[in-house]
Amino acid sequence: MTATASKTKTMTMVAAINEALDLALANDPAVHIFGEDVGVMGGVFRATDGLQAKYGVDRVFDTPLAEAGIVGMGIGMGLAGLKPVAEIQFAGFLYPALDQILSHLGRFRHRTRSRYHLPMVIRAPYGGGVHTPEQHADSPEAILAHTPGVKVVIPSTPSDAKGLLLSAINDPDPVFFFEAIKLYRSVKEEVPEGDYRVPLGKARVVTQGDDVTVVCYGGMVEVAQKAAEAARTAGIGVEVIDLRTLVPMDTETVLQSVEKTGRVVIVTEAPRTAGFHSEISATIAEEAIEFLRAPIVRVTGFDAPYPPFTAIEDVYRPNPLRVAKAIRKVMAY
Amino acid sequence: MTRKKTPKAPPRAEPDAFEASVAAYDDASGSMFQILAPDGTLTRPDLLPPADVQLRLYREMRRARHFDERGWVLYRQGRLGVFPPFGGMEASQCGTAAALTSDDWLFPTYRDTGAALTLGLPIARTLAYWRTSPHGWAMPENLKVLPFYIPIATQYPQAVGAALAEQRQGTRNVAMAFIGDGGSSEGDFHEALNFAGALNAPCVFILQNNGWAISVPTRKQTKATNLSRRAEGYGIPGVRVDGNDVLATWHVTNEAVQRARAGEGPTLIETVTYRIKPHTVADDPSRYRTEEDNAGWAEKDPVERMRRHLMNSGLLTEQSEAELLSEVAAEFEAALQEADSYPDPTPAEILDHVFAEPTPQLRKQRAELLAEVDA
Repeated sequence: MTATASKTKTMTMVAAINEALDLALANDPAVHIFGEDVGVMGGVFRATDGLQAKYGVDRVFDTPLAEAGIVGMGIGMGLAGLKPVAEIQFAGFLYPALDQILSHLGRFRHRTRSRYHLPMVIRAPYGGGVHTPEQHADSPEAILAHTPGVKVVIPSTPSDAKGLLLSAINDPDPVFFFEAIKLYRSVKEEVPEGDYRVPLGKARVVTQGDDVTVVCYGGMVEVAQKAAEAARTAGIGVEVIDLRTLVPMDTETVLQSVEKTGRVVIVTEAPRTAGFHSEISATIAEEAIEFLRAPIVRVTGFDAPYPPFTAIEDVYRPNPLRVAKAIRKVMAY
Repeated sequence: MTRKKTPKAPPRAEPDAFEASVAAYDDASGSMFQILAPDGTLTRPDLLPPADVQLRLYREMRRARHFDERGWVLYRQGRLGVFPPFGGMEASQCGTAAALTSDDWLFPTYRDTGAALTLGLPIARTLAYWRTSPHGWAMPENLKVLPFYIPIATQYPQAVGAALAEQRQGTRNVAMAFIGDGGSSEGDFHEALNFAGALNAPCVFILQNNGWAISVPTRKQTKATNLSRRAEGYGIPGVRVDGNDVLATWHVTNEAVQRARAGEGPTLIETVTYRIKPHTVADDPSRYRTEEDNAGWAEKDPVERMRRHLMNSGLLTEQSEAELLSEVAAEFEAALQEADSYPDPTPAEILDHVFAEPTPQLRKQRAELLAEVDA
């Protein structure tokens, strides 16, 4: 973690994201922001609020409603020397652009032997917990993490969101930046002012503990924290690790914790089968199985589409109780 | 219990009647722009470009054809990988790409070797590409030509982005993207045309209607019979041009490029041509098309057409033609030797160029891979 400014300011995650975008636009004329409704309206979550007025319609602009077009156009902009920062209105709307992402965004450097590279950032709100309509709460991070050549970043706090987003925009390679909708305005914290960076590929140890390692990211970090607090009252020491970036993953920090605790719970709100949690689980099994005192337990969504039914949404999305039960399970093994 | 009868299919129009109605519609919906008739006479002598341009266009087509013809032989000798031939489409590719300079962008499909050669992609690198050698994958630094696109239509939105980036950076450079008639069925084609229009991107879209999307003829691909008119739906100009007339393809593209440079926005150009050859050197078109389908297209050959014109006008003689052909052949053989000198990639190159800096995961996999191949 590096900070060039010592002053801080209290802000929400969406405000921190707005500030990061503002700084990126101010610092580098190559940065261009575009997407659906990001201009006059400032984005459906107001993440780009005020930026068009400040930087003009050439730097911050609305596109036609077409995700493949947005990503494809961004690729062309990146090829030609700009730093495109695209907003996809919801991560669940990324699917029309998957051809551009899988066929090109991830492999342009490789297929041109670095003659071209794509310093592109794609921001997308993701995840549930706020009763959005159908298809607005998907967590497609595993699809991207499984795509060679793209990085995947998912912050869980305002200061991380700012620092990680500035790192992502300055990264020479394509980065997906998923923002948990639930966290946009629910948390406030002190965020360093000025150009403040959090490096990609470094996990954050949220709470320390000797008994169980809980690996999570994004919207699940606060859920895990609540479960960890409850466990502490029962005398169980939980080490919560916020991965921050799935690609590259900070395997080191995870393994060190597992060697200490010997028990692992992984929490995500994505579906169960073939999720990123399976990657974490396999990595631990390959690298640290001799330290495990209990089978790894995953707390996830289900292998069903994210439910649009407000009354029972919380059954799908992991909550502190489910995580606490998993912690108890690995303790009791 | 009685079974419901399957409703009877509506009577199918006889193929001949269908063809006739298509032809009639075509005539009614605008003919193709042409300067040079198939017999080598000028239908629009007023639009004849200067002699040096005419000779350059002919030379580019000859270089491209030579590549295509030698490519077949090399493939059969096992000295070139599977590649998609383009013989017969030289006017469509060389005439359009010749309207660019090396400051402009070219987004070619896998069938557009002729266009890439015209912009200046070295023959040796092009051979290396179709040999699947990394030496052909690293595009030259002095050109803005992208590697041949295998996925269909994805290059169209990307060209819009490159064009827009040039505009935002204050240049007058343009982006040109190629697609086939089949590719114009893809969503990306339509999104790109719409984006380019809405954002006024300096983009020139070439739609090479070569009659076939592998085994599916254009008439089965779409009910539309004039693909250039798709431009109307996006508020941009669309032009239909005789794709076997290099003077026409050059003229129309040059105009579109000048318009784009002047900030007047994108253009869609449909070049009506024909894929005389198979989809790839490994394809057998006898499974899906007949001699009748091909009838008449050999007579429309773009190289022969231009040769007749140049001979008629005295710009080309038997002697200068022979000199040109031997120069083109010598250039190719020298390039082939250069391509032969490129070393094979080493196993670890599989893991190179994924990110600017390899991730810890890639570093680990590299060590594993090296341990395996050394074992």
